[in-house]
Amino acid sequence: MSHLTRICRAESVVRKKRLRILWLCFAVILLALPLVTSNFGITILTQICVASVFALAYNMLLGQGGMLSFGHAVYFGLGGYASIHLMELVGNGVPVPLVLTPLFGGLFGLIAAFLIGSFSTRRAGTVFAMISFGIAELVAASAIILVSFFGGEEGVSSDRTMGPAFFGYEMIPQIEVYYFAAVWFFLATYAMYHFSRSPAGRLANAVRDNAERTQFIGYNPQKIRLVSFVASGFFAGVAGGIFAIQYEIVTDSNLNTAASGLVMLQAYIGGIGYFVGPVIGAIVMTLLNTVVSGVTDLWLLYTGLLFIGTVLLAPNGLTGLIMMHTDAYHNRKLATLIKPYLLGMLPLTAAFIGVVSLLEMFSHRNEAAVGDDSMLLFYIDVDISTWFPWVGFTLLSLLGLAGLRVVIPVVRASWDAANEMQILSNSTINNESDS
Amino acid sequence: MFETIIFSLLNGLVYGLLLFLLSSGLTLIFSMMGVLNLAHAGFYMLSAYFAYSISIHLGFWYGLLFAPLIVGFIGAMVERYGLRKVHKFGHVPELIFTFGVAFLLEELVQFVWGRNQLAYNKPEILEGSLFTLFGADFPIYKMFMLIVSVVIFIILLSVLKYTRTGLIIRAAVGHPNVVGMLGHNVPLIFMVTFGVGTALAGIAGAIAGPVLGTYPGMASGLGGIMFVVVIFGGLGSLGGAFIASLMIGLIQTFAIAIDASLSDVFLLMDIVITEQTFMYDIWVTSLSQVAPLIPYLMMVVMLIFRPAGLMGARES
Repeated sequence: MSHLTRICRAESVVRKKRLRILWLCFAVILLALPLVTSNFGITILTQICVASVFALAYNMLLGQGGMLSFGHAVYFGLGGYASIHLMELVGNGVPVPLVLTPLFGGLFGLIAAFLIGSFSTRRAGTVFAMISFGIAELVAASAIILVSFFGGEEGVSSDRTMGPAFFGYEMIPQIEVYYFAAVWFFLATYAMYHFSRSPAGRLANAVRDNAERTQFIGYNPQKIRLVSFVASGFFAGVAGGIFAIQYEIVTDSNLNTAASGLVMLQAYIGGIGYFVGPVIGAIVMTLLNTVVSGVTDLWLLYTGLLFIGTVLLAPNGLTGLIMMHTDAYHNRKLATLIKPYLLGMLPLTAAFIGVVSLLEMFSHRNEAAVGDDSMLLFYIDVDISTWFPWVGFTLLSLLGLAGLRVVIPVVRASWDAANEMQILSNSTINNESDS
Repeated sequence: MFETIIFSLLNGLVYGLLLFLLSSGLTLIFSMMGVLNLAHAGFYMLSAYFAYSISIHLGFWYGLLFAPLIVGFIGAMVERYGLRKVHKFGHVPELIFTFGVAFLLEELVQFVWGRNQLAYNKPEILEGSLFTLFGADFPIYKMFMLIVSVVIFIILLSVLKYTRTGLIIRAAVGHPNVVGMLGHNVPLIFMVTFGVGTALAGIAGAIAGPVLGTYPGMASGLGGIMFVVVIFGGLGSLGGAFIASLMIGLIQTFAIAIDASLSDVFLLMDIVITEQTFMYDIWVTSLSQVAPLIPYLMMVVMLIFRPAGLMGARES
């Protein structure tokens, strides 16, 4: 027994050490990223920080608490509105350093979440989802009617540069805004991680998995849900506060149901079962939103396809796809997967190029002016008035799909082979420790 | 005053019955499979677009006939190859899946038909007004919508009440497991119900397209209200959905017609509201401005105090 505890303790020390290194890496990456990108890149990075904090906050509900909310942008938006009003007050002489704005937004989100959560968390599941949806519609409609706080359709705006400097730090250039957002991103992520590992976070997991049993042990599921909900509202408000500083304007489009849907998409595409999942989703979606939307008008269609594909084929999200390889990694078999994956990429790329080109050509035919028949697809000039590209890309996609049918069993077999050894090695370890 | 009441009553009835056409399918699906189909309004919109495309080639009546059939078939396929796959992961992924379908349908419609409103017109026979009361016209087309909705309601009710299929469906609503034990093919029943439900939404789309407008936002405009109807009326209760549809239809049309605000009430008590009054904008907001809000308020209040809804037998 003492032998076992010693092993466990040693293991947890190793794990803690590894975790500390991970946090350090995270901080270094956040600090170093602006050095390798352009101005546009820094704006995108700031957006990613905001989206990540919001998506992580959302996942405190969906992933860790099992509560599906269709209206979480309410707390993000309210935090944002409150922050704008605070910035306005600071501009009028109230001595508060603006770097603390997200904290104020968070407190506002926390209060709103407490008021609404006190009745909406009584039940989970569909009832909770529908209450959140109803509240979101109510708040979004009120945002247009109640002009004094929400500013109507044009929203409220302010100026982040009017406040007193914070140790010579005025947040005028974009790079300073990025570091402001990055610091808050780091702090919020750190806090949310430790919340998820705290008793409150673990109980939220328990209530998600089986509320009845948790109640039998003596906990009140509603209180546990409320704690998660309030904490999630706080961090959503923090994200809203960072957003307010970055854009200096908050409108009703930041708290309506579309915004709520977007954060759900981010969390789910990233993977709600993992702590880092929402961050990955936020990165992917922000890139789609900024980079891909500059290339094609169909980016929302692709987002929808990506989302449906994730729900159907990879319910653990993109992070789940990465995490599928931990066993192979521990077996030192990861290298054996490179060849089959490269083989799989071939038909996948063909199908991707074929289908995307067909969609783009169809959209171009509908949207462009009559006679404007040429377009650029994957660095190739295409004339869509002739039959050739239509037939060509159809053939390419069919070929790719047929190739996928052939290749997928091969890839799956080698993935199985890479993981199978794990069971063997695991059992040998167990045998050793038993003896 | 009197004419406002009559016309609000008639318009509310038309709107309410349209809502019922949509929510009847939704409540059947919801009660049987436990899934609130967030894409229901998307199918309604898809059908309007199909009906438009068919109507410019073959005429309105073919559109009305075929669009719901096509949409019903698509709905059944979505159930068969999408929802059934997600089903094993639980209710939350199912909800998320239907949300994704709704999102995709909206993008797909814009992709195929563009972002502008389409000129989906009524047929010539249904143009014009049926009667004129106090100088205001009541269009024939609204009467046509009324009749179609009522006919569908009667057919649906009699199929459910008096046929063997209806018996099995009603049993599957309450106790799907027992129905499965008795040897009925429950997945098939689910698929067919889903298809019929979406086809009902399709009929609503095909007849509503010409009056409410055929544009990419038509789904999100009506989608929310539909959930309100289903939840307010109660899970699995067609009667409840019927009452809730009419209630919400009437309340909304009446609220739009009333231009009073709280400040008018205060005026009766000799309290004058000026721009300097605390929370000025709340007091002067007129009832017609908050009309779109009322259904959601009703839903939230109902969910807090009676999650089973008006006539629902069980909670979700």
